[in-house]
Amino acid sequence: MNRVLRTSLVASACLAFVAGLAFVIREISATATPVDLPARLAENLGRSGVENPVTAVLLNFRSYDTLLEIGVLVIAGIAGISVARTSSLEDPELRTSDELLYALQRWLIPLMLLLAGYLLWAGSDRPGGAFQAGAVLAASGILMRLGGIPMDFLRPGLMLRLGLSLGFAVFLLVAVASALHGGEFLAYPPELAKTLIVVIETVLTLSIAMVLLALFVSAPVNDAEEPEEGGSG
Amino acid sequence: MTPSLLYAFAGAALCGIGLFGFILISHLLRKLLAFNLMGSGAFLVLVGLAQHRSGPDPVPQALVLTGIVVAIAATALAVVLIRRYYHLSGKTSLEGPAQDTPPDQARGARHE
Repeated sequence: MNRVLRTSLVASACLAFVAGLAFVIREISATATPVDLPARLAENLGRSGVENPVTAVLLNFRSYDTLLEIGVLVIAGIAGISVARTSSLEDPELRTSDELLYALQRWLIPLMLLLAGYLLWAGSDRPGGAFQAGAVLAASGILMRLGGIPMDFLRPGLMLRLGLSLGFAVFLLVAVASALHGGEFLAYPPELAKTLIVVIETVLTLSIAMVLLALFVSAPVNDAEEPEEGGSG
Repeated sequence: MTPSLLYAFAGAALCGIGLFGFILISHLLRKLLAFNLMGSGAFLVLVGLAQHRSGPDPVPQALVLTGIVVAIAATALAVVLIRRYYHLSGKTSLEGPAQDTPPDQARGARHE
């Protein structure tokens, strides 16, 4: 009885929440916006160095958000690695292996790497970009991991640290360099904008893939006896 | 009432469903899924509300893209933490050890 009461109480509270939210959405949709953001973006698109408006917003007009985002990702990756049970993320004992998957990978992995490269390049003038490419790259890394391919760069050491921090470091370097050069923080010189954006996107792709892969790997896959670790399985 | 506005209302509904699950479900993984559902609802509201008047708006789309990536990283970190918690305590929910665990088990969990 208590449980039914609690469920109905929570349900009615959630319904009230949804009703309030829907009311607010209706009110907002009825009022006109003071600035026409898409039009202003279309006016300034020529100065950004890329043709895709989403990429222009992400890496030029609002690149501060993207810088902080990759910072959050690096922190999440480091935190995930540091609570991992094993000292090395690339322990042969933790590596699963599946022969069928392994055979399939010889077809899939090159295609996925090609797709990641295409998405990265396509980001400058059509939908695509660092995050989509990074996700595809991380997915191919996870497939490789599940198929039992050794990935030495996941051992604690220079490669892991470099891979995790490369995107954030290069992004920050560009930001500080443009500030030191007399401009504002994160304001690229217009003639270099396209080059800088492509460089930043490339290192972002690598770092995002590395963070996602490290987070996947730091939750070990085969641990049949581990629930006994706490003694209360 | 345009189709884009329908996305925003669907996002509000997703927020409500996610909130319901987040409050009521005690299993941590399901709580995490419910919380992600709330996040997806927020993204849907952002994109749908912005494009109902003048077509797709790249600014909220870019913000939502940033949000999605952060949400993925946070979810992955949460899964790592939940697994660690499960390894250490053998439990899948956050009930206090004083209420529902015998003293010897609680001591074992704390000892770890």
